[in-house]
Amino acid sequence: MSKLLEVKDLKVSFNTYNGEVHAVRGVTFDLNKGETLAIVGESGSGKSVTSNAIMRLLPEPHGFIKEGQILLEGVDLAKKTSKEMQKIRGKDISMVFQDPMSSLNPTMKIGYQIMEGLMKHQNMSKTEARKTALELLTLVGIPRPDVRINQYPHQFSGGMRQRVVVAIALACNPKILIADEPTTALDVTIQAQILELMKSIQQKTDSAIIFITHDLGVVANVADRVAVMYAGKIVEIGTVDDIFYNPKHPYTWGLIGSMPTLDSSDEELFAIPGSPPNMLTPPVGDAFAPRNHFALEIDTVMEPPMFKVSDTHYAATWLLHPDAPKIEPPAAVKHRMQGFAQTGTKGGGKR
Amino acid sequence: MTRYLLRRVWYMLITLFIIATFSFFLMKILPGSPLQAEDKLTEEQKEIILEKYGLNDPIPVQYAKYLGGLVKGDLGVSFKFDNTPVTTILFDRIGPSALLGFQALVIGSILGILLGLMASIFRNSPIDFSSTIIAVIGTSIPSFVFAGLLQYVFAVKLGWFPVALWGTPAHTILPTIALAIHPMATAARFTRTEMVEVLHSNYIITARAKGVAESGIILKHGLRNALIPLITVLGPMAVGLMTGSMVIEQIFAIPGIGEQFVTSVMVNDYPTIMGTTLLFAFGFIVIILIIDLLYGLIDPRIRLAGGK
Repeated sequence: MSKLLEVKDLKVSFNTYNGEVHAVRGVTFDLNKGETLAIVGESGSGKSVTSNAIMRLLPEPHGFIKEGQILLEGVDLAKKTSKEMQKIRGKDISMVFQDPMSSLNPTMKIGYQIMEGLMKHQNMSKTEARKTALELLTLVGIPRPDVRINQYPHQFSGGMRQRVVVAIALACNPKILIADEPTTALDVTIQAQILELMKSIQQKTDSAIIFITHDLGVVANVADRVAVMYAGKIVEIGTVDDIFYNPKHPYTWGLIGSMPTLDSSDEELFAIPGSPPNMLTPPVGDAFAPRNHFALEIDTVMEPPMFKVSDTHYAATWLLHPDAPKIEPPAAVKHRMQGFAQTGTKGGGKR
Repeated sequence: MTRYLLRRVWYMLITLFIIATFSFFLMKILPGSPLQAEDKLTEEQKEIILEKYGLNDPIPVQYAKYLGGLVKGDLGVSFKFDNTPVTTILFDRIGPSALLGFQALVIGSILGILLGLMASIFRNSPIDFSSTIIAVIGTSIPSFVFAGLLQYVFAVKLGWFPVALWGTPAHTILPTIALAIHPMATAARFTRTEMVEVLHSNYIITARAKGVAESGIILKHGLRNALIPLITVLGPMAVGLMTGSMVIEQIFAIPGIGEQFVTSVMVNDYPTIMGTTLLFAFGFIVIILIIDLLYGLIDPRIRLAGGK
């Protein structure tokens, strides 16, 4: 598989009145053609900042890329001017946002909002763009597109609006689609529809997707690979099977353990104690150590490197060091993993 | 839409009726009489004049007569201006006032929007700070101060424009500027605040993510959404310009409605005062209607809610 996007040691900071906030502290991953990479983590872990940095949508100059490369087919996006980025955004990389209620312009017709990108990036005339917009509306499953194209966002329901947002993002057949919690603001039945829609469109267009979410259920459903982020770093990355059947990082254990399931009524829901560190002053050593039952002494002194578990699976925890004591995941997490093994993670990684 | 308009016109008539009633009775409560300044008249002569203008009738009868005249479009005759019908006076005088008000509104709001736009684009830059200072000066210093300053600098010292009076387009320039400063300051302030907020909204990020150029973001996506609250303040201000021009018209000796209104109040010219009040009220109501229609034009959400 060819590498479409390589993010190398990306560091993003924000200047605030209190000082520099180190939101992303060295993230490295790559994305292959046609695959779906999920980035998971709790709020504030740097998932959205990473994706905004790739799109160069950081609120410059307060938010900025401090270090690192973002190579799209070998070209570094971190070094592009904002003019050059305008030609890449929406054409090579596009984005679906979290809140469909506010991510469409309320005073502009749906049709024009879709056509805008087409006219800019593909030099289409108004008539051509309109024809394509109609096709896109049909593709994302909006009934009577010929009527809907002339309507305004307030005439659409939340799920329908998210379909429009997806249509806007797909308009120019982007190589990469970044979906930043696209289903968080939707109710569960609509969530499933939007996920189905994105999967089917990916199969048709062969776009790669970066799927940002904190919903592990969604991850199992859509992703090929998973990156787990904590405090501005990727702490574990692997295929869906690696992460769900063989998690190595205690934080991943915590995430999986705290995932409610339908048959979990008899047991207490597991929660990760404490809260994430303040990124104004990132902790020395392993950022997760203060919340980690299995923290070793070295965790408070030195940051763990990425240990290789298999060709596809890496985790940043000292527990993987040959000298570390053998530690098994907690019983609740093991039980959960057995549950996955019985039902199977639907679809992910095996398409 | 037609039904909506008809309903609005009906409300307008009711509002005008209420205002006419109020202003009529306020006139009656006012101390003094139109004849108080006429020392040379005998009691007998005053009696004859009061009788002639119907001022001796019981108040309900006067009110009924007044309303009767209103329905026919007759606002009575002026006590002061040579028995001329009030409607004629208003027609003759509305021209200069309307022209000044219109020029000031257009120039003021366009300059203000531009200033606010620049301030919001170059936020926290010298442009932004100077625009804020202009806005603060414009809102806090009354227009007659500017009027005097403009007269002194551009008419007396530099001699570029006439000091006062009415006639050529050059006569309109200084009063227009004096009048335009306040709307400009307000428009600048509102545009900046609204644009800053709009530019932080999610749909602007969506537009950026589409690769829309910065100019398109500001003009196509931003400005239209920022204009909605601006219209709310500019409407009443348009009427304010008509009334606010009273002072300016006095200073520049312009034969407009404001100047004549001030004079008629001074001499208790009841029919003229009431007629002018009604005209202002009418202007206000019409402008509010126009604003509501404009809302619909700019914001589709309001169009649907109000249009049916």
